[in-house]
Amino acid sequence: MKPLARYALPLLLVLAVVASFAYLQLEASALLSREGVGQMARYAAAFFSPDLSAPHLRAIAYGALETLAMSAIGTLLAAALGLLLALPAAGRFGLIAKAISRLLLNALRAIPELVWAALMVLAAGLGPNAGTLALALHTAGVLGRLFAEALENTPSEPSEALRLAGSGRVGAFCYGTLPTLWPQLVAYTLYRWENNIRMASVLGFVGAGGLGQMLYMSLSLFQEAQASTIILAMLLMVLTVDALSGWARQRWVRS
Amino acid sequence: MLNPALPQRDPAARSRLLLTLIALALLWPGLSLSELDLGVLIDGSNAQTMGVFLSGFWPPAHGAEFLFLLGRATLETLAIATAGMAMALALAVPCALLATRSLSISAVSRGGRPRPWAQAVRWPVRGLLIILRSVPEIVWALLFVRAVGLGPTAGVLAIAITYAGMLGKVYAEIFESVDPLPTRALIGAGGSRLQAFAYGVLPQATGEMLSYTVYRWECAIRASVVMGFVGAGGLGQQMDLSIRMFAGGEVASMLLTFLLLVLLADLFSQLLRRRFV
Repeated sequence: MKPLARYALPLLLVLAVVASFAYLQLEASALLSREGVGQMARYAAAFFSPDLSAPHLRAIAYGALETLAMSAIGTLLAAALGLLLALPAAGRFGLIAKAISRLLLNALRAIPELVWAALMVLAAGLGPNAGTLALALHTAGVLGRLFAEALENTPSEPSEALRLAGSGRVGAFCYGTLPTLWPQLVAYTLYRWENNIRMASVLGFVGAGGLGQMLYMSLSLFQEAQASTIILAMLLMVLTVDALSGWARQRWVRS
Repeated sequence: MLNPALPQRDPAARSRLLLTLIALALLWPGLSLSELDLGVLIDGSNAQTMGVFLSGFWPPAHGAEFLFLLGRATLETLAIATAGMAMALALAVPCALLATRSLSISAVSRGGRPRPWAQAVRWPVRGLLIILRSVPEIVWALLFVRAVGLGPTAGVLAIAITYAGMLGKVYAEIFESVDPLPTRALIGAGGSRLQAFAYGVLPQATGEMLSYTVYRWECAIRASVVMGFVGAGGLGQQMDLSIRMFAGGEVASMLLTFLLLVLLADLFSQLLRRRFV
């Protein structure tokens, strides 16, 4: 058994790789021929002279703001919807509600943002609205699950004490459970916002607004100079968000 | 029970209200920028179109011809992910070897810290890896679709480039995190860097590397479905076509296939990880 596993598995992996290259019929020779490489090089060279004119930069700034707004509003909606679904998913309204809301959360989460965006473009038309809704739906699934887990792990003594002292259910939740839960909710939401900023910049490829839509348009019109500026802007945004979140984590989470 | 002389209201109410107001004021311009409008969803004509589309979801399409097409697209997605990962590995391992500090010769006599110029030589490779992985894979896919045409080739190249960036960075970190003493001993005794890597670093790093690679393969499957939406082949491209043709039943069976594929990949990667780690 042991030698079999030792040699069969790696062999199987190699076979899988060879089979996939064969199945895709990748024409490596055509890609790596002088003609193919020359064509690629010409195409790539067009990206090395980014368009830095003022009107284009202004358009990019607007697109970046739109992307940020989409991600922020989408995450906020998702947090609200997620909390709404997390309450039944944590088993507060009985077993049936728990099963149904868990199923719903899993379905929301399993479908990627981009597929949601393609569906939302159908439902709500082109533009940032569709992107915001798509982000909200997928993120609601992710956050709802995280919130439900956080809810289950919150100690129940404070809210029980409030209930015993005569408080209503809503009051006990707001003043007994929420204060312990709050920091976790905020941390999860901020973490997803960071992800969503990155995601929002590419949702535009299916027509859902933001920087992605600009990039798609300029690539479709063969404006490589403009496209390369937009890619630079995306890169800058991703690196800035990374740096800021790393700093914030070290500043607040470590201590 | 409670002292009735105490005020019956939340002492922290004012500061909470203020914080909420500030957050709202900051988010208000965002609301107009993102053109959020939930009303469109229940607007007459839109709702009707969506209703027709959604009602097509059941039953999922299951004609023999369509299932054949679906099978081909699924296989293509798997092949894109696997071929892309293989190319990413071929690119990532040399980059990781160039970027890691643990194979530095000047570091042996300096307590694990390379000379400044040796550090400076490693920076370009690290910068390259950062750029490769910071541009999202779907942007690479879009660029390659324009360069090499529609189809799986663009997807394979996009996965190869993005994942080379991620794998390269993580491998370099793994190489640096293992116990450095065997490597230093090997280099100090006159072994070459490759020998030191193969006998000093690799035996300690294999498990972690494998588990991360398998995890990334799983991500690559998901990414290759998504990349199909810009024309990079596989399940995503078919899904995009079906959505555009308002074929609800086909979209439903493709979504089900996608979920199944992700689930199976998850199971398979767990199995592989348990086997090797």
